[in-house]
Order: sequence, then structure tokens, then C-alpha cells
Amino acid sequence: MGIDNEMKVTFSAKSENESFARVCAAAFVTVLNPTVGDIEDVKTAVSEAVTNAVIHGYENTEGVVRMRCVLSGRELMIEIEDDGAGIENIALAMEPLYTSRPELERSGMGFTVMEAFMDGIEVESSPGHGTTVRMKKIFNT
Amino acid sequence: MEIKCEDGGKNLIVFITGDIDHHSAQEIKRKVDKSFERSNAKNIIISFKNVSFMDSSGIGMLMGRYKTINYRGGGKLVAAEMTAGISRIFDMSGLSKIISRAATVEEAVRSL
Ligand SMILES: Nc1ncnc2c1ncn2[C@@H]1O[C@H](COP(=O)(O)OP(=O)(O)OP(=O)(O)O)[C@@H](O)[C@H]1O
Ligand SMILES: [Mg+2]
Repeated sequence: MGIDNEMKVTFSAKSENESFARVCAAAFVTVLNPTVGDIEDVKTAVSEAVTNAVIHGYENTEGVVRMRCVLSGRELMIEIEDDGAGIENIALAMEPLYTSRPELERSGMGFTVMEAFMDGIEVESSPGHGTTVRMKKIFNT
Repeated sequence: MEIKCEDGGKNLIVFITGDIDHHSAQEIKRKVDKSFERSNAKNIIISFKNVSFMDSSGIGMLMGRYKTINYRGGGKLVAAEMTAGISRIFDMSGLSKIISRAATVEEAVRSL
């Protein structure tokens, strides 16, 4: 299936950009006339991935987050990328309730939420270089 | 995002308006803990009626306030007026084991 539409945004790894990123992704998919539930799913998943880049990737220091969204038919692909700390053990990181930062009031539910709200997730990471989270969602007609 | 804390004697009642994410959760944490510290309240009731969005940062924020209450001792945390979207993320996290829920703030007050 070919690409029907694509967008890329790059923004500072600041907590105020979490809402910017999710509203931006939601606006991109409005052409599909998605349900309120589908929009909520996308917003939540984006918020989780961007928050992780800010808190864990860059550990609340300066950095850049890239988001790319691709629409092919009724399938959306979202890629969120940072050049931060990276993840040593991806399988462990994706386990429900696992968090490396309990002292920051994290619950360890971010990846579990992304998995539940989207139709597929892939994580690539290189310790010391960064992390890419790729998610897919199919919008039913 | 807006946070209003109401001193209801043994209950601190918190009304949140807007999105709960990592950015806003930090402010909620600061304001609620400060109001709780200044009050003689045992319990905290949080109304989600006007919360338009919540991600896992809200789960962490609730777990944190549960700890705040436990630190003083003997109190309860009640999540009131949760919408369907917020209920879904709340139920996923297993929070219902430690935080009770109520349909309205009045019901929450009655339960305490
Ligand atoms: N972009 C990232 N860079 C580095 N580490 C990451 C990144 N994303 C996730 N992690 C690691 O994976 C763990 C699990 O992430 P997850 O989002 O599931 O939970 P959390 O962020 O710790 O808590 P919550 O999302 O519930 O607030 C994190 O604690 C962190 O160690
Ligand atoms: Mg997270």
C-alpha cells in the first residue's frame, strides 16, 4: 500500500510539548473521520511515547524529539524517536508495571497502554544513542 | 489545566479541569500535597468530571497521592466522577485495588 499522506515534526524534549505532540497527531488523522475513541487512543499512545523520550531518553535535560506520521489507506503509522539514553533491555522495559524511575511517580504502564490502545508496536533502541517507537493503528470504517 | 482544592474537614476535595499528563501531573502533585499538608484532612477525593485527557502519568500521580495519605495514616483516596476514557486506563493499571471510586463527590463523601 502506498503512502497517502505524511508529516514530520521536530520539537524540544520539554514536558509542555507532550500536549502539542498528541494534538498534532490527532489533527493529522482527522481526514479519516475517526471515532472519539480512536482519537483518544492515538493521543494517549503519542503522549506515552513522547513523555518517555522526555523523562527517560533525555532524563529531563535538553534534547530533540522527532515524530513522523504516515497514512496509508486507513492505516496510521506513528514513529517517535529520541537520541537519548536508550534502553538496555527492551523486553523488561515493556513489561506491565516495570519502571526504572519509581521515585518520579512513574507507574510503569506506558508501554502497556501503547500496546493496548494501538494495533501494533515495535521498539528499537541502542543504549547511549536513542530509541525509536513505531506504532500502527487501523481505523475501521 | 486548573486545580481547585476544597477543605472539607476530614476530606480534601480536589477538582481538576483539563488534561492530566506528565507536564500537568507535577503541578497537581505540588498543589494537592501542599493543601493536604495544611489541612487536617485524612482522606482525599479527586473529581475527574472535567478531566479531558489522562495518560499513565495520571496513574503515577494517583499512586503518589495514595502514598501521601498513607504517610499521614489511616486515610483513603477516592476517585470520583471518572469518564469512560479515564476509567479504562484506571482499570488497566489495577488501581482499583487501592483506590475506591464513586459516581459523584457526594457519594464519595458519604462513603468516608
Ligand atoms: N525513550 C526512552 N528512552 C530510554 N528509556 C526508556 C524510553 N522509553 C521507555 N524507557 C524505559 O522503559 C521503562 C518502561 O517505560 P513505561 O513507559 O512502560 O513506564 P514508565 O515510563 O517508567 O512509567 P509510566 O509510563 O507509567 O509513567 C522506563 O521506566 C524506562 O526505563
Ligand atoms: Mg512511560
